[in-house]
Amino acid sequence: MLRDITIGQHFPGDSIVHNCDPRLKLVATIGYVVVLYACGNAVGVALSILLLLALYAIAKVPVKLILKSLKPIVPIIAFTGIINLLFYPGETPLVSFWIFNIYPEGITFAVLMAVRILALIAGTSLLTYTTSPTVLTDAIENLLRPLSKIHVPVHEFAIIMTIALRFIPTLVDETEKIMNAQKARGAQLDTGKLGQRLKALVPILIPLFISAFRRADELAMAMECRCYRGGAGRTQLKVLKFGKNDFLCLGFCVVTFGIILATRWVFPVIG
Amino acid sequence: MEQMLRAQNVRFRYDPEQPVWALDGVTMDVKKGEFVAVLGANGCGKSTLAKHFNAILLPEEGTVLVEDMDTRTEEKLYDIRQKVGMVFQNPDNQIVATVVEEDVAFAPENLGVPTEEIRTRVDEAMKMAGIYEKRKAAPHKLSGGQKQRVAIAGVLAMRPDCIVLDEATAMLDPKGRRQVMQTIDKLRAAGVTIVSITHYMEEAARADRVLVMSGGRIVMEGTPQEIFAQTGRLHSYHLDVPQAAELRDALEAEGLPAPKQIITPDAAADWLFELLK
Ligand SMILES: Nc1ncnc2c1ncn2[C@@H]1O[C@H](COP(=O)(O)OP(=O)(O)OP(=O)(O)O)[C@@H](O)[C@H]1O
Ligand SMILES: [Mg+2]
Repeated sequence: MLRDITIGQHFPGDSIVHNCDPRLKLVATIGYVVVLYACGNAVGVALSILLLLALYAIAKVPVKLILKSLKPIVPIIAFTGIINLLFYPGETPLVSFWIFNIYPEGITFAVLMAVRILALIAGTSLLTYTTSPTVLTDAIENLLRPLSKIHVPVHEFAIIMTIALRFIPTLVDETEKIMNAQKARGAQLDTGKLGQRLKALVPILIPLFISAFRRADELAMAMECRCYRGGAGRTQLKVLKFGKNDFLCLGFCVVTFGIILATRWVFPVIG
Repeated sequence: MEQMLRAQNVRFRYDPEQPVWALDGVTMDVKKGEFVAVLGANGCGKSTLAKHFNAILLPEEGTVLVEDMDTRTEEKLYDIRQKVGMVFQNPDNQIVATVVEEDVAFAPENLGVPTEEIRTRVDEAMKMAGIYEKRKAAPHKLSGGQKQRVAIAGVLAMRPDCIVLDEATAMLDPKGRRQVMQTIDKLRAAGVTIVSITHYMEEAARADRVLVMSGGRIVMEGTPQEIFAQTGRLHSYHLDVPQAAELRDALEAEGLPAPKQIITPDAAADWLFELLK
């Protein structure tokens, strides 16, 4: 059960999508989400999905993985879809029952919205599939570095992220061990009323927290032993370089995003 | 410069209000290039002593010198920590990064080493520790022995003159322990000074010198042969002797005098072979 929780599922590969500068990927992903919402018409959304499919194909990420990343949000999409369908105003109702009126405008809007959410998740997933969490952290640190001039603790956030990513698998393993140990003592974790189940979690959380604090203590000491003294004066093993290929990718993003956005002035805007 | 580490009359207590001394007058030294094993029952102050060698803890009385630097000199703090690397018991809690080579790079990054040199140092350290093949792996996917060698490589990347291992093999299975011992042998051959705290007498038997601690003091000191010849005294400090020495004592009790220097399986095998020939 716990093994399914993975943050930043990385799918290693050697495509241009994988090797492109992570800072560009991060900014482009944000740009993609903005364009997806700003274009506001069916043709634009269709083009963004085509672009995304093309990128997935270039990155050789299996379709199965996309579906897997979309599965958890199906309930959310269904929920927003139904709300949009029932409450979106229009002129002549298509169907009316009880206090609800469903208009054709509502249907188009609900569908467009659902497709946009799917594209949003699939788009951000492409970023995490093709970029390892460590590299992504580096990119975030690098992009935010100017903020450290105004005393935003950028390096500290980055090291917290790195350590969190490093310890998630360790703590998940530990949680499983503790759960098994408590089950062996007769704890009922999967059955019973909600109240009982919550109560059964206490003997799992307490050892987990104690052990996490002990680990934190030891890790802090090990870091001190390795001369850690904050971000000042630190160098890096891997320095991000914006190369020729990255300029090509940047150009590609600017052009495709521009085209998608331009559809706004050609086709009717919905919603 | 002959001595790597020197402790003079070191006293230390965790709680300055209580008259309980974790270290109660420790005087010892470690020569450059020497391999010293420290033995002692649980809670006798071994870890406390180890933490004095790179200024994680500072003595309340007495002095600790690393080469000629007093660990109390604040300006020298990072020079001292760079010279004396420390490896702890639980490898999981020493690894910072999510990729092996990035973790090994952590210390040189902190020291502000230029990027190209970090690369050479990291590769060198990983080869020395025998985990170069795993450089792209995620630490949580490695075995205990491999993780502990990542931790050793992480310390080696500082290019320390001395490494202090605080029960670095205690959580490992026999295979992992063997791998780590091989790495230690390699470091020893490369001239790195090693202080190893251990509960495994077989490991201590390979050292140049053995120190035995009890109640925050050093109570015995000598070559492994000298120390493990005194079975009775070791037992009084709640310590065992290596199996070969136990065999030697058992044979002696049966009226078969065996030479005192038999403390390793090889020495025992050779002697038995000669005897039975
Ligand atoms: N952080 C601490 N705070 C208070 N007392 C401590 C602390 N760490 C250790 N002690 C106490 O100091 C004494 C020496 O502990 P130390 O950890 O040095 O022993 P050790 O020889 O390393 O034992 P072990 O073989 O169990 O590792 C013990 O009595 C212990 O209870
Ligand atoms: Mg200890």
